Amino acid sequence: MPQELLKEQWPNAIDVITIGATSQEGGTRDRAIKVGGQNGLPYLFEESDMPNKPVIAMEVFDIEPVDWPDTLKKPYGDVLSNPVEWAKKCETEFKADLIALRLAGTHPDAGNKSESDAVKLVKDIIANVKIPLIILGSNDEEKDNLILPKCAEVTKGEKCLIGDAAQKNYKTLTAACLAYGHNIIAESPIDINIAKQLNILITEMGLPSDRIIINPTVGALGYGLEYAYSIMERGRIAALGGDKMLAQPFICFVGQEAWRAKEAKASASEFPEWGKELERGILWEAVTASAFLQAGADILIMRHPKSIEIVKENINQLLQK
Amino acid sequence: MALSGLDIYKRLPKTNCRKCGFPTCLAFAMQLAKKAVALDKCPEITDEGKAALEASAQPPIKLITIGEGDKKLEIGNENVLFRHEEKFFHPTGVGIILQDSLSDEDITDRLAVINKLHFERIGQEISINLVAVKQTSDSAKFAAAVKKISEATPLGLVLISNDAQSIKAAAAPIAKKRPLIYAADSKNYKEFAALAKELSIPLVAKDADLEKLAELTKSINSEGVDSLILDTAEKPLNKKIWDLTQIRRLALKKNYRPLGYPTLTIIKNNDTYEQVIEACIYILKYTGIVLLEGFDPYQILPVLTLRQNIYTDPQKPLQVEPKAYPIGQVTSDSPVLITTNFSLSFYTVLGELEASKVPAYLVSVDTEGMSVLTAWAAEKFTSDKISESLNKFEIPKKVSHNNIIIPGYVAVMSGDLEEKSGRKVIVGPREAAGIPSFLRNLNS
Ligand code: SF4
Repeated sequence: MPQELLKEQWPNAIDVITIGATSQEGGTRDRAIKVGGQNGLPYLFEESDMPNKPVIAMEVFDIEPVDWPDTLKKPYGDVLSNPVEWAKKCETEFKADLIALRLAGTHPDAGNKSESDAVKLVKDIIANVKIPLIILGSNDEEKDNLILPKCAEVTKGEKCLIGDAAQKNYKTLTAACLAYGHNIIAESPIDINIAKQLNILITEMGLPSDRIIINPTVGALGYGLEYAYSIMERGRIAALGGDKMLAQPFICFVGQEAWRAKEAKASASEFPEWGKELERGILWEAVTASAFLQAGADILIMRHPKSIEIVKENINQLLQK
Repeated sequence: MALSGLDIYKRLPKTNCRKCGFPTCLAFAMQLAKKAVALDKCPEITDEGKAALEASAQPPIKLITIGEGDKKLEIGNENVLFRHEEKFFHPTGVGIILQDSLSDEDITDRLAVINKLHFERIGQEISINLVAVKQTSDSAKFAAAVKKISEATPLGLVLISNDAQSIKAAAAPIAKKRPLIYAADSKNYKEFAALAKELSIPLVAKDADLEKLAELTKSINSEGVDSLILDTAEKPLNKKIWDLTQIRRLALKKNYRPLGYPTLTIIKNNDTYEQVIEACIYILKYTGIVLLEGFDPYQILPVLTLRQNIYTDPQKPLQVEPKAYPIGQVTSDSPVLITTNFSLSFYTVLGELEASKVPAYLVSVDTEGMSVLTAWAAEKFTSDKISESLNKFEIPKKVSHNNIIIPGYVAVMSGDLEEKSGRKVIVGPREAAGIPSFLRNLNS
């Protein structure tokens, strides 16, 4: 008698989150993006479905990045000092699914741009690109609490994704997302219990669970990747098993982590034994991203256009029927 | 899967004849479950019962050895589907495929690169394990290429051909190096099994269909060969993930012997980047061996790094010995930097310190392997702990100045630490990458 295959059926599915709104839906985007909805562990299509494919957002900064290696800057040419042109390039040339606008320059230590600077830029981006938008603060709590609600206000109806809310600082952002119809990123420090707790706190303020995306805080390949990988696997298993307060899609900040790694940045003359520098950097980011896809990532925030192209091809292959 | 005393009891004769030295079969079963006695103490057990109990005493995924000496590769004997449940034990063997049609010169050149595909990361050596030789020419050319490669590398070998005669000619002279032979299928398995048996070398069993693969391993077992590795042939990525997951699940959850072996995957995609991504995915998804064609260091470093990450024990982070490490030609004026004993933090800081060329003491505080921020939050990286370490590692005897440098992430402890240690605390950069410029500014 042949052994039957072991197919796993789960009682719960991941929430479906919609980012972006078209004119029919009260926004100005040319498309809305849905993530989530899967009812099994990643890419096991013999036993589960994944109605929405993972997407890639490209990061755009409001100030020219200082710590990017030349291999990463090069494909962007001269747009890195012009966030609007930068965003347009990501949309048209690099075919990003979403733009992730990082308001790093509002940080008191990084230029301390004002709320009106931030608001103007957000409006300009909305006017000049048509794909859905993620808006990210500068990680300065006070400044973010001042600026992000304004950004939420001027993008009312666009169904942006705004972040990050953390356990110690979630109320202001949650209230803003609630008031202006946006989605929120809930960040937890590689800790599934805190992720759940934060989701509970946010939903208790009235924001429904299908407007939350979990940022589990990932590390790069070689720099703690395995911690986030296992936390995401655990979280997904709990979510599919019925825990509704963990059943939200994952967002992974792959680009910022991967391009901090020495292996992604160091020149070939410094480490000849590591091989070509450009290809090494591209792969460092692409491998980091692909690993998190296997742990259930739904949105990847990435930087190098070639890494993105590779990961998109990987996603196509993963979804091939 | 360990059997309980009751599971074992069901297989015993239940006559309580006492020949084993225990008053009842149940008492004997309980001791057996604890591995306190051997099964052969019961002379009454049926052959069938014995076979069943012996089978379940084996690991659900058989451990297979390829190669010899310090480069030998052991794969299999895994216990979990998810590494957070316990850990993954036997890191995937990574191998490079070479064609037998290469000229002697090409073989020499490529092996010169391949033999150097080992790197040091966070205090561990990570290395590729195998060279696979694929037959595309006649039997003589194949045997000659295998011979040449075998002489030029200490790595384990995989011989790829569907012609048993060619494999035999190539494998026989190097059988004591325990090469892996690839592959037996439903048509040729008798020949391959005979060869594996004769040379006592491991064998890959290959079929695209899981049910047929299970039939195949049973057939090969009945030829007297059970050092097996499984391959489900070439197929789309998600189908391969499904196969690898099913094989692991059936072995672990059902103790299904016919698929209780490690797996092997061959990457057919020769795109510079995509083959690396594919190899990494199969490592994450349980493959015991992965073979690819790319062998540039920039392709292999990420593969080996991913393997190192995934096979790290999640319960026991890699740690270094807590102490004061002199880096470079230190003097009594050298700066003193504080970090944790979490390997990743320690080696990242060490790398930057070495790059800065500034001689310094690096003090690794015993944080039980936690990183700076985690240890600080868990109160394992406190002012008291740091002060205590400075004294224990005799920093006052080693340097004549009174300054210490702490990671930027724990700047908040500066005041308290100055009080407790009686030293001047300088806040260093948050990221290790900032250390060289920080130290240069410190000196000027
Ligand atoms: S020898 Fe075997 S059958 Fe007899 S009591 Fe012991 S276990 Fe039972």
